[in-house]
Amino acid sequence: MASETGIGASVLRKEDARFITGAGRYTDDLGQHGQTYAVFARSPHARAKIGSLDTAAAAATDGVVAVFTGADLQADGIGDLPCGWTVHSKDGEPMVVPPHPPIAVDRVNYVGEPYAVVIGETLEAAKNGAEALVADFEELPAVVDLASAASADQIHENVPNNQTYDWELGDKAATDEAFAKAAHVTSIDIVNNRLIPNAIEPRAALGEYDAAAGTYTLHTTSQNPHLERLVLAAFVNVAPEARLRVISPDVGGGFGSKIFVYAEETAVIWVAGKLRRPVKWRAERSESFLSDAHGRDHVTHAELALDGDGTFLGLRVKTIANMGAYLSTFASSVPTYLYGTLMAGQYKTPAIYVEVQSLFTNTAPVDAYRGAGRPEATYVVERIVETAARELGMDPAELRRRNFIEPGDFPYETPVALTYDTGDYEASLAKALDHADYAGFAARKAASEAAGMKRGIGFSCYIEACGLAPSQVAISLGAGVGLFEVGEVRVDVTGSVTVVTGSHSHGQSHETTFAQIISDKLGVPFENVTVLHGDTGRSDYALGTYGSRSLAVGGSAIIKATDKIIAKGCKIAAHMLEADAEQVSFEDGSFTVADSNQSLTFGEVAFSAYVPNNYPLEELEPGLSEKAFYDPPNFTYPAGAHICEVEVDPDTGVVRIDRFVAVDDFGHVVNPMIVEGQVHGGLAQGIGQALLEHGVYDDTGQLLSGSYMDYTMPRADDLPSFTVDTTVTPCTHNPLGVKGCGEAGAIGSTAAVMNAVTDALGVASVPMPATPETVWRAAQGGE
Amino acid sequence: MEISITVNGAAHQVDVPANTLLVEVLRERLGLTGTHVGCDTSQCGACVVHMDGDAVKSCTVLAGQAAGAEVTTIEGIGTPDDLHPMQAAFRQNHALQCGFCTPGMIMSAIDLVQKNDGDLDEAAVRDGLEGNLCRCTGYHNIVKAVLDAQQSMAAG
Repeated sequence: MASETGIGASVLRKEDARFITGAGRYTDDLGQHGQTYAVFARSPHARAKIGSLDTAAAAATDGVVAVFTGADLQADGIGDLPCGWTVHSKDGEPMVVPPHPPIAVDRVNYVGEPYAVVIGETLEAAKNGAEALVADFEELPAVVDLASAASADQIHENVPNNQTYDWELGDKAATDEAFAKAAHVTSIDIVNNRLIPNAIEPRAALGEYDAAAGTYTLHTTSQNPHLERLVLAAFVNVAPEARLRVISPDVGGGFGSKIFVYAEETAVIWVAGKLRRPVKWRAERSESFLSDAHGRDHVTHAELALDGDGTFLGLRVKTIANMGAYLSTFASSVPTYLYGTLMAGQYKTPAIYVEVQSLFTNTAPVDAYRGAGRPEATYVVERIVETAARELGMDPAELRRRNFIEPGDFPYETPVALTYDTGDYEASLAKALDHADYAGFAARKAASEAAGMKRGIGFSCYIEACGLAPSQVAISLGAGVGLFEVGEVRVDVTGSVTVVTGSHSHGQSHETTFAQIISDKLGVPFENVTVLHGDTGRSDYALGTYGSRSLAVGGSAIIKATDKIIAKGCKIAAHMLEADAEQVSFEDGSFTVADSNQSLTFGEVAFSAYVPNNYPLEELEPGLSEKAFYDPPNFTYPAGAHICEVEVDPDTGVVRIDRFVAVDDFGHVVNPMIVEGQVHGGLAQGIGQALLEHGVYDDTGQLLSGSYMDYTMPRADDLPSFTVDTTVTPCTHNPLGVKGCGEAGAIGSTAAVMNAVTDALGVASVPMPATPETVWRAAQGGE
Repeated sequence: MEISITVNGAAHQVDVPANTLLVEVLRERLGLTGTHVGCDTSQCGACVVHMDGDAVKSCTVLAGQAAGAEVTTIEGIGTPDDLHPMQAAFRQNHALQCGFCTPGMIMSAIDLVQKNDGDLDEAAVRDGLEGNLCRCTGYHNIVKAVLDAQQSMAAG
């Protein structure tokens, strides 16, 4: 039984039964009698003063229930949306935080920023009301260009030079010394293009207030309902934490964009309390484009110092990161502790120095998007390593090998604050080269050339720090919350098991993966395990899902709770079998007394715990339900080798991906089918960044790529099938030996694609996305 | 306006404003929330249903246009105990993650297979599904599922 459904088996998903029959329950599928509808009035300008705002006509519109402005929220004591991670500048000063009212009060700072919310009996009435608002905007020049934002108009009164912080990491003097003795220095200037996350389910919220009990219930599309509840209670002041329940039902993808606490659900739950009626909101896709937190958006100069043999001596990185108009929930941490710390990559570069200046612009806030900082770091490291190999005339695989941290070097302390626990980078690269038939590349390139096409191959040997995060490390670096996870294992009277996890699944398949773990550890049939998540009313305070943490941290909490179940079960069994607890062991679903044929099934022990007749009540509480909090001692370090081979038509600029190989080391794998699926999805997003996707503002701050007709999402016919494989070095510090697989595809693939495109064209760089026009211009030798 | 419409074999009469969309009738009047809305430009395909035998984006069909029509939604093609071969293939091939695009994807895929008489190869499936966005799977397993279902639909 356990072998077919336990750890390591590609078990089909429990979740699928409802999703393939249309029985999923997403936030927009929910409704309440008497519910009203919220529509947000959004700024048409990138930067403006709100001279006056006349709500009378809107309020008088047929079917409009109420109109609220930012001033109304402020007058009621509603606080700003906070940023949860305080980064310090080089001079030791904490980052400068501008005010961020949920609904703009007297200024708007990006197109799409809400400045009022209109509540209607119907959606149409609310829309009509929003149309009837009369706002007198005094337009101001918008700050859009990131590279020059520090010297542009000051956006926020309290933020000089539009700079929230100027951060550094690493040893500057040692790095300067390394460059002084370098035989060769490779330099690159790169832009990491802005992306718009685009989970296919738009954000939504349903707020309810129970006037009799004085309690609030918010259903919303959140990756971490407890964090949502904490922020709404402790910072925004909607209600005391105990009177606010946040539920994330089925959520249609997140990719980071649903981690954050946004204006809309804040307003919805507050209005529900004011009106004492349910309030419903669902973003239209245009609103998603304008108001979901965007991703990436860096301008970077990097230099790599090498000796005459191609050994890396030092790396210098200087990045300007775009924060958008305000600091979103975790924005500050993304280009710093999730970016600068990854600059060692898979290499023994002895000296590294990273500087990051994070600036405000009049654009949508930028925060974590799949990979969050680590794709940007990988793009820097893997583009510069590939460029160095070309400049030195070395095989790019060979240059990497020469500098790899080797299996005997672990645990390996990098010059940028991390200690990698384990890895075997050569093993992943070797397997990837084999899958990609690297040996046959020259012949394929010749064949392409004979047909008038250009062929290139690109590598990316990435590392990521996942399993976020050791709480004390994170808090010492500025995190405002712990980053442990909670897991609860409730054994039912009849021996079935209910697991409550603080992780949230919005595509990651927790209901299946966590059931496999329980089935494996307790010998309970897979179908008798039910996994619950996404409800602050069900689980203890938890931190949710991001940073590939669900299995490494949430799964570890479940294992800890399971160990407690087994320990208690051994005591119960010892009593029932009249043996010493030390003599009882648990294996394959049975409690057995050593050196005897006496044993009890898991179900028999569970029943006894709840019908405690033959039971040591004087020593043990009845019941069999345990909970554990797990705080990881270190990050996990998934790593791998991605190889992309492309064929480019120089006449049209069209890039065709001929093959894409990803060999990843995620440690032990619980469900290979699910892991492969996670990699596929990540690859599509990474390839999308390289070839298709681009969040573009014009110089007045209007979003030009604000719909699916303007923002190029990867479609089925844009992508190839992928070759995906794994190597295994188990994580050394969590009970399952797992590392996390959710972000790897998006972290590793972008650099591989761009290395392949530049290789095909024989040029140093091509900007992302490498659209046909961009590639065609590069192929013609121009920009 | 008063509209007669047959959905998943059941006849309904609904009285809706003339600017009502078919997807609004399905979701809000008939409670068939398996059909999803993912965009506002008829690009994502989460709302695909079958109308008189053709796959249509129900966000782009007025309810009035569906008057008298036979509509089939994701709720009408199979049950957990008796799945349509396409539903079974999606499950078997792990062709869904968050599940949000899945109903539209399955309805489009059924139409694609039915109209191509078993002739679909990988490229044709990719081409045929380019009106449906999925952000989770990278399409890899969706393509596999559709090719598998092509076999099982022919056999079944």
